[in-house]
Amino acid sequence: MSEPAAPIIRIEGLHKWYGDYHVLCGIDLEVAKGERIVICGPSGSGKSTLIRCLNRLEEHQRGRIVVDGIELTGNLRHIEAVRREVGMVFQHFNLFPHLTVLENCTLAPIRVRRQPVAEAKAAARVLLERVRIAEQADKFPGQLSGGQQQRVAIARALAMKPKVMLFDEPTSALDPEMVNEVLEVMIGLARDGMTMLVVTHEMGFAKSVADRVLFMDRGEVVEQAPPASFFTNPRSERTKLFLSQILSHTGVPKNHG
Amino acid sequence: MTSSPVHSLQDRPPVPGVGPLGWLRANLFNGWGNALLTLAILWGLVSVVPPLLRWGVFDSVVTGDAAACRAGDGACWAFIHEKLLFILFGTYPHDQLWRPGLVVLLFIGLFTASCDRRLWRRWLAPLWLAGIVAMGVLMWGGVFGLSAVEDGLWGGLPLTLGLATVGLVVAFPLSILLALGRRSTLPLVRGLSVAWIELIRGVPLISLLFMASVMLPLFLPAGVTVDKLLRAQVAFILFASAYLAEVVRGGLQAIAKGQEEAADALGLGYWQKMGRIILPQALALVIPPLVNTFIGFFKDTSLVLVIGLFDLLRTAKTSLSDPLWHGFYREAYLFIALIYFAFCFFFSRYSRWLEADLNRSRNH
Repeated sequence: MSEPAAPIIRIEGLHKWYGDYHVLCGIDLEVAKGERIVICGPSGSGKSTLIRCLNRLEEHQRGRIVVDGIELTGNLRHIEAVRREVGMVFQHFNLFPHLTVLENCTLAPIRVRRQPVAEAKAAARVLLERVRIAEQADKFPGQLSGGQQQRVAIARALAMKPKVMLFDEPTSALDPEMVNEVLEVMIGLARDGMTMLVVTHEMGFAKSVADRVLFMDRGEVVEQAPPASFFTNPRSERTKLFLSQILSHTGVPKNHG
Repeated sequence: MTSSPVHSLQDRPPVPGVGPLGWLRANLFNGWGNALLTLAILWGLVSVVPPLLRWGVFDSVVTGDAAACRAGDGACWAFIHEKLLFILFGTYPHDQLWRPGLVVLLFIGLFTASCDRRLWRRWLAPLWLAGIVAMGVLMWGGVFGLSAVEDGLWGGLPLTLGLATVGLVVAFPLSILLALGRRSTLPLVRGLSVAWIELIRGVPLISLLFMASVMLPLFLPAGVTVDKLLRAQVAFILFASAYLAEVVRGGLQAIAKGQEEAADALGLGYWQKMGRIILPQALALVIPPLVNTFIGFFKDTSLVLVIGLFDLLRTAKTSLSDPLWHGFYREAYLFIALIYFAFCFFFSRYSRWLEADLNRSRNH
C-alpha cells in the first residue's frame, strides 16, 4: 500500500478528564488514509472515549486533534465540518425511531449536505442494497432485528460519504447469531478502502482486516502492532494478560464479553 | 386462520361463561363483594336517574315565558331558549351577531382541520394564522365595510374560544423555547428560562390576571393604555407557557442521549437536531399531559370574569340577573357546562386517537 503524504487523523498529547478521573493520559496517534485500526482493551480503558473525541462527542482538555486538516477546538463550524466527514456507528445503533429506514439514511444528506431529495433517496437505496437490507427501506427501526438495525446504522453513516468511519463496539449489543451479518458488512467496507477505527473485542475481525491493533489500558496506548505480531508476540505484560482473558483456551477468538 | 379443524378445539383459550347470563355472572356477580357492589350501584342509579329525567325532560318547559316555567316543576329550558344569543355572544351588537357566529364556526372548522395529520408539516401554522387574522377582522370589523365593534362588547363563546386558542397557539411554541432554554448549556439562557418558569408557576393565575388588569396600567406612562382583553390574553400566554414548558421538558428528558449523539455525529445543527429528531419524539411522548394542560387552560379562561370580561360563564351569570328570569341557575350552569364538556371531550378523544395513530405508524 502506498503511504499518503499527510495522515487523515493526527492526535498529539491528548488528555481528557471526567471531573477528577483521568480517562485519556497523553495519547499520540496518526491514522493514514485507508488504514484500518482496531482498538481493544479492558472496559474503562478509554477506548470509546478516544474515538468519541474524534468527532467531539467528547471534549478533550489538552492536546491536539486534527481530522482531515481541521483542528477540533470549541469552534462550532470546525466541529460541524469534521462531523460531516466522520461517520459513526454506535453500540446501541441510535437509529431515529420515528423515521423510516430510508428517512434515517436521507435526513442528513438532505439537511446537512443539501443533496436533492430524489438523489439522496436513490443513493440511500444503493447503500441499503450494499448492507443487504434494501427490502426494509420503508419499515421503522422498531420493526427490525438488532443486526438489521446496526446495518441500517452503518448505511446511515455511509450516506454522508464520510472519509473516516468510527465504530464504537458495534456488535456488543447484538445477539450472538447477528454478530456475523454486521461484521461481514464491516469487512466489505474495509475491502473498499474506507479508513476505519473500530473499538471491538471481535479478535477474529481484527485478525482478518486490521492494519494495526491498538491495545489501550488506563487511558494509555500500551501497545500497537499489526495483528500478526500483536496476537502471536505481544510484548507488554498487560497485553498478554488481556489476551489470555479474552481468548479461549483453544486459542480460537471468543465472542466479545 | 390456517390452523386445522382437528386442533382448533384444544388450541383455543378456555371460554368463560357464554350468553348474557354468563356475561352477567363473570362481570357483575363475580363473588359476594362484587355482587353487593353491583346491587349498590343499581340502587344508586334507580334513585338518581328517574327524578333527573323527570326534571330535565318530562316535566321541563321548553318554550313559553317565565310564568309558565314557575308554574311547572321541571327544568326551564325556555330560559336558555330566550337567553341563548346573549349567553353565546354577550353584548355584541344584535344586528351583527352573524359575525361572532361565523367566528365560532371558524374555530370548530380549524379544530377539525387540525385533526388531519397530512396538513401538519406545511399547512397547519399558516392555516391557523390566517384563521386567527380572519377571526380578528370579523370580530373587530372596521374594514371591508364591516362596522367597527370594540372588544369591550365581545363576550360569550367567541371570547372563551379566542382567549384559550390564541393563548395556546402562542404559548405552545414559546413553551418549547423555554423548555429548550432550561436545558441549554448557555448560563444566561438557562437562567432566564428557569426564572420565567419558576416565577410564573409560583403565582396563581387569578393573581396574574389581577396584576395584568390592575397593576400594569400603574406602571405605564400616563396616556398609554393597553386594551383589557389584550392584557388578559398576555397573562394567559405567560401562565400557559410556563406550565407547558415543564410538560415539554419532561418529554425531552425521556429521550435517550444516544439520539442526540447520533444527530450530532451526522453533522446536524442544533435546530435541525431539535426540530427533526428530538422534539418530534419528545412531543409525541407527552401528548396526554399536554392535552391535560390544554383542557385545564380552556376551562381556566372562565377566571377572566374577575377582571370584568364577558366570557361564557359571565354571560350566563349576567343573563340570570334579568329580574324577569330570576332564579334559573341550574339550567344556566348546566347549559354552559355542556358547552365546556363538548369542547373538552373533543380534545380528549382527539388526543387518544392521535396517540394511537402515532403508535400505529411506528408499530412498537
